[in-house]
Amino acid sequence: MNQPNINEMRGLIARHKRWDIIFAIVGLVCLLVGILTLLALFGQLVAEGLPRLKPGFFISFPSRSAEEAGILSAWVGTTLVMLVTALAAVPLGVASAIYLEEYAPKNWLTAVIEINVTNLAGVPSIVYGLLALGLFVYQLDLGQSILSAGLTLALLILPVVIVATREALRAVPGSIREAAYALGATRWQMVSNHVLPYSQGGIMTGVIIGLSRAIGETAPIITIGALTFIAFLPHPPVTGEFPYLSFAWLKDPFTVMPIQMFNWTSRPEEAFQHNAAAAGVVLLGMTLLMNGVAIWLRYRIRKRIKW
Amino acid sequence: MSETGGNTLKAEARSLSFYYGDYKALKEISLPVHDRKITALIGPSGCGKSTFLRCFNRMHDLYPGNRYDGEIILHPDDVNILSPKVDPIEVRMRISMVFQKPNPFPKSIFENVAYGLRVRGVSKRSTLEGKVEQALRDAALWNEAKDRLHDLAFNLSGGQQQRLCIARALAIDPELVLFDEPTSALDPIATASIEELMLELKEKVTILIVTHNMQQAARVSDHTAFLYLGEVIEFNETKKIFTNPDKSQTEDYITGRFG
Repeated sequence: MNQPNINEMRGLIARHKRWDIIFAIVGLVCLLVGILTLLALFGQLVAEGLPRLKPGFFISFPSRSAEEAGILSAWVGTTLVMLVTALAAVPLGVASAIYLEEYAPKNWLTAVIEINVTNLAGVPSIVYGLLALGLFVYQLDLGQSILSAGLTLALLILPVVIVATREALRAVPGSIREAAYALGATRWQMVSNHVLPYSQGGIMTGVIIGLSRAIGETAPIITIGALTFIAFLPHPPVTGEFPYLSFAWLKDPFTVMPIQMFNWTSRPEEAFQHNAAAAGVVLLGMTLLMNGVAIWLRYRIRKRIKW
Repeated sequence: MSETGGNTLKAEARSLSFYYGDYKALKEISLPVHDRKITALIGPSGCGKSTFLRCFNRMHDLYPGNRYDGEIILHPDDVNILSPKVDPIEVRMRISMVFQKPNPFPKSIFENVAYGLRVRGVSKRSTLEGKVEQALRDAALWNEAKDRLHDLAFNLSGGQQQRLCIARALAIDPELVLFDEPTSALDPIATASIEELMLELKEKVTILIVTHNMQQAARVSDHTAFLYLGEVIEFNETKKIFTNPDKSQTEDYITGRFG
């Protein structure tokens, strides 16, 4: 090859490489716009709320005086609602996913069901709230209770749990299924002894992602009539006398973290805004904690499994 | 028990055809499998040898749209294992399989070997331990594995994993073991140890093996069937197939002129 040709080629490469640099800069700016905005918001929230984050804030009920107000009823309410949500959504979602993925024949009916499950994940949460108001609160007469709220949020995250579980089940290779079948396993033995245990990391991740969506939901909970001012705790789930477990709390009225925040932000006094910010920090912390647990679980379970 | 030339038969395919949907993958195959001998299936890719092998444990039943025609008779009770009246699980409890790529469960070595027994309802610790040890000994893995039975199977090397899969297939006292290209994912040393193992195993159990590797068929098998386009072109004693085949197609394939 002769000299001028080589120079031409080098010029061409240099011109083309310019676009690499341009895109790298554009991409970095886009990334920073998102990250910095989030960091600024979070920083402002922390700065505003931090002075209020004292032990008393966690063990006080809401109050007319901002300095005495706390989130006791809100975090207890959120915890109990999440418990009901998880207990309802996990068995329903995992069983549905196993049926769809491992048992259901592949025909037009299951195709329609699959498309609908995916679409349900996109239904606005207020619609679930309306459905729950009609079904749980009035038809089934569960009242404006922890049970109603938990079941509503369970419906809301059911599609997320189903989709995540199916993904996790599908990640188990066909060769493992065939190995189990070749030893004489039935379908249920194959699922319960192999596919389900090997995919539990993915399933738990999906469940926790669903729960961290549910923990911040406000609209459907307001729709079914959660109260914004609760100055008492639900019945304790554990009692001193036989049978030691009580389910009275399920029917108790309640409030949750996002509603408590919403209530405070709608107050005119400046001091309540600080309370809202502090509650926001706590809610963010709860979400981060759940996501952290999801990452840790996935890491621990994946470590044993390599395909 | 049927006899041919002094050899007992363990199984027999009788004009077996197999369809993937409308595609006829196997065309009226008739083939004997001699008791406690190694029968090798050779042929170019796509000739149907794996499809044929997987008829023996009804693996095709797992996927929709597959259809068998004809019979595979399992001796000595002369049952047609392809009959819709026979539960595929019953067939798989009598005939086990070793796959192309080692596919241990992400469980301990012990639990891998014990799984077939657990499926059969064995839960007594001492029985399981005895059977697992025997299977690992039969698969020539006992010495390497005896001190780490509760380690994850994934920590074994590829060749050890395949021997573990063989132990898993042997633990259930199968009448026939199917090997689907068991060494295609292994290095030459691991391959040699698996071949040696198969020669020892045929004292106890009948083996049907699919292989891409003609030297392997020549080294280990007693009988060889050459399949092409879903048909058995030639079946005979391995020595005869590799030294003086009757059909020119067989000769072309084993001398490497096609395939």
